[in-house]
Amino acid sequence: MPPTPDTIYFFGTCLVDLMYPQAGVSAMQLLQRAGVKVIFPPAQTCCGQPAWNSGYRDEARSVARAQIALFPKPIPIVIPSGSCAGMMKVHYPELFAGQPDEAQAVDVASRVYELTEFLVDVLHIELQDLGEPLTVAVHTSCSARREMGVADKIESLLGQLSNVQRVEHARKPECCGFGGTFAVKEPEISAAMVLDKVTHIRNTGVDRLISQECGCLMNIGGAMAKQGDAIPHQHIAEFLWERTGGNAA
Amino acid sequence: MSSEFRNTVRANLAKPEVRANFYRAMDGLMTRRLDQFPDKVELERLRTQSMAIRANALSKLPELLETLEANLTRNGIQVHWAETAEQGNQIVQAILERHNAKSIIKGKSMVSEEMGMNHFLEALGIECLESDLGEFIIQLDGETPSHIIMPAIHKNRVQIAKLFHEKFPDIPYTEDVDELTQMARRILRDKFYAAPVGLSGVNFMVAETGTLCLVENEGNGRMSTTAPSVHIAVTGIEKVVESLSDVPPLLSILTRSATGQPITTYFNMISSPRKPGEKDGPEAVHLVLLDNGRSNIYSDPELLATLRCIRCGACINHCPVYVRIGGHSYGTVYPGPIGSILEPQKAGLDVHGELAQASTLCGACSEVCPVRIPIPSILNRLRYDGVRKDTANTNTVGSGKRRTLSEAATWKTWAWAATHPTIYHAGSTLATRFKGMLPTNLGAWTTVRSAPKLAESTLHQQAKHLGVDHE
Ligand code: SF4
Repeated sequence: MPPTPDTIYFFGTCLVDLMYPQAGVSAMQLLQRAGVKVIFPPAQTCCGQPAWNSGYRDEARSVARAQIALFPKPIPIVIPSGSCAGMMKVHYPELFAGQPDEAQAVDVASRVYELTEFLVDVLHIELQDLGEPLTVAVHTSCSARREMGVADKIESLLGQLSNVQRVEHARKPECCGFGGTFAVKEPEISAAMVLDKVTHIRNTGVDRLISQECGCLMNIGGAMAKQGDAIPHQHIAEFLWERTGGNAA
Repeated sequence: MSSEFRNTVRANLAKPEVRANFYRAMDGLMTRRLDQFPDKVELERLRTQSMAIRANALSKLPELLETLEANLTRNGIQVHWAETAEQGNQIVQAILERHNAKSIIKGKSMVSEEMGMNHFLEALGIECLESDLGEFIIQLDGETPSHIIMPAIHKNRVQIAKLFHEKFPDIPYTEDVDELTQMARRILRDKFYAAPVGLSGVNFMVAETGTLCLVENEGNGRMSTTAPSVHIAVTGIEKVVESLSDVPPLLSILTRSATGQPITTYFNMISSPRKPGEKDGPEAVHLVLLDNGRSNIYSDPELLATLRCIRCGACINHCPVYVRIGGHSYGTVYPGPIGSILEPQKAGLDVHGELAQASTLCGACSEVCPVRIPIPSILNRLRYDGVRKDTANTNTVGSGKRRTLSEAATWKTWAWAATHPTIYHAGSTLATRFKGMLPTNLGAWTTVRSAPKLAESTLHQQAKHLGVDHE
């Protein structure tokens, strides 16, 4: 087993920055509590994925290049999002293929971890549940599930919480219909997808929805809110922090 | 933004019965496929092997096609090359004229759909009868296939019963599937013997032996290729494999991925016309090999993977977009994920480029594809080709045609802000501070969702109090 790194870079993602900062804060606190020093390069903006997925590769590359420059030390880069982690890990090498800075891009890619993956596989974190009994449904993002292949990590983290009961929902592995610009470019299809997802989750009757992806949470949560009577939703980091006494400490 | 695709999608989303049909059917297919692959490790091994077989064949496509032609010819099968759909149809027409044929009976063939063969021949006064049950049903209703494996999957039993009753009023109404099938069988049986020419598709062509392989369940494929005195097979040039030993793994993963069957009822290997002394089989066998844009796809190392496809339809069955909008929404011969990469490449990004956008890139398709086609990557590449400026560097038809000034300007501005952290953070700070003044109506987004809520303060602001190192 490689030694546990004592310092990491944290990449917050633009959605977390603007919509769910508490997820980022909690993630960094979880890491710090586990004894890891966190470096949060303040000049970070966005991983470049929106432009990459829209076909604007030059624009994506210039934004990605600005991020790559922020992670010079040979230490892990932890990201509280499967989709931004996937962008950096899987697509940076493609985006920079044949470019003068290809080696730096590949190096950054090799150091990227999605948060739950890092907590489970690298830190082997042990959690103690201090919360009241609660039922939750899990939505793993498609990028976490398929691109990063880390969907089981969020489950194993929740599995450590003795008072939290996970309830499965129909068609769990199916996409919620967010897909970044897809929700804007093909709104009718996206709407049909998210409404089905909401129905399946509602049918579980759980107290809360947990995910590692703020894009999905914004989509599913937004659709529930529009219908009124939304099931509370939370990023996994915030949930773990709360359940393990973080807020009280 | 409105487009033909969007309009059709909207119309089809509003048909609850059709949506329910797809939902039910695809759920069943997904379960059946899963049941066929209890051992995940074995599945991945078989996928890797199948990918390698197809990649190997494509890596030597020109020479394999030469070998194939030589061996087919030696076996007595006549080979024809068609660069376009039009040429393909003309070749079929010439064969029919030579045999004085006024009708043909067809087994299932997506390539004949691609060629628009039925229309072409019917305009010449030649009757084309589909003999695959699904194809037969949609032909009765004047429709096109909504799925590459199950053409009538958008219809349920009651709809089919009503259709039969409407078209064959003499036969008593029934909703019994077996009876309906028997009915179609009786109607078709005589036609097999009466038709002078039978037409089929091909699943694999074996270069080494000059053999055409045909997978089917209903026996109609065998009838179409043996009962009439002439058999015409039509297929794309990419369907070749090197040797006979390549076939079993591909066949096994094809049927299991497609319909969740360990093996199909029929597997035909056609290696020659009827030989002297043989009791049945056609006197002449023709193979029409269609290019129709395939060699252009072949010329691009990244897009080439598209041609590995063995047309199992698994990507379609698992696509969350397809299951909601149905096959007809795509406005193309091949629907779903495979259609969304194949059709824009064949017809051009200006014609079908929007299909490359109609995906969340969720990856459900590539997760199940038996030959590991990286469909999301190809979609991404096609999106790039659609808006790129250096169109001289790509062969993709219609490159650059989807670039609009306003969208390009938006991404330029975005990139400028995201590479100037001070500007970016000033903007996001301002946005969160004055979030009460932001619009709550965000067009398409807010039709089914409430507007996203900006936080009180950004992570950047909050991180300052966390004692994280700001290097
Ligand atoms: S792309 Fe793959 S999954 Fe889809 S039809 Fe072709 S072989 Fe099957």
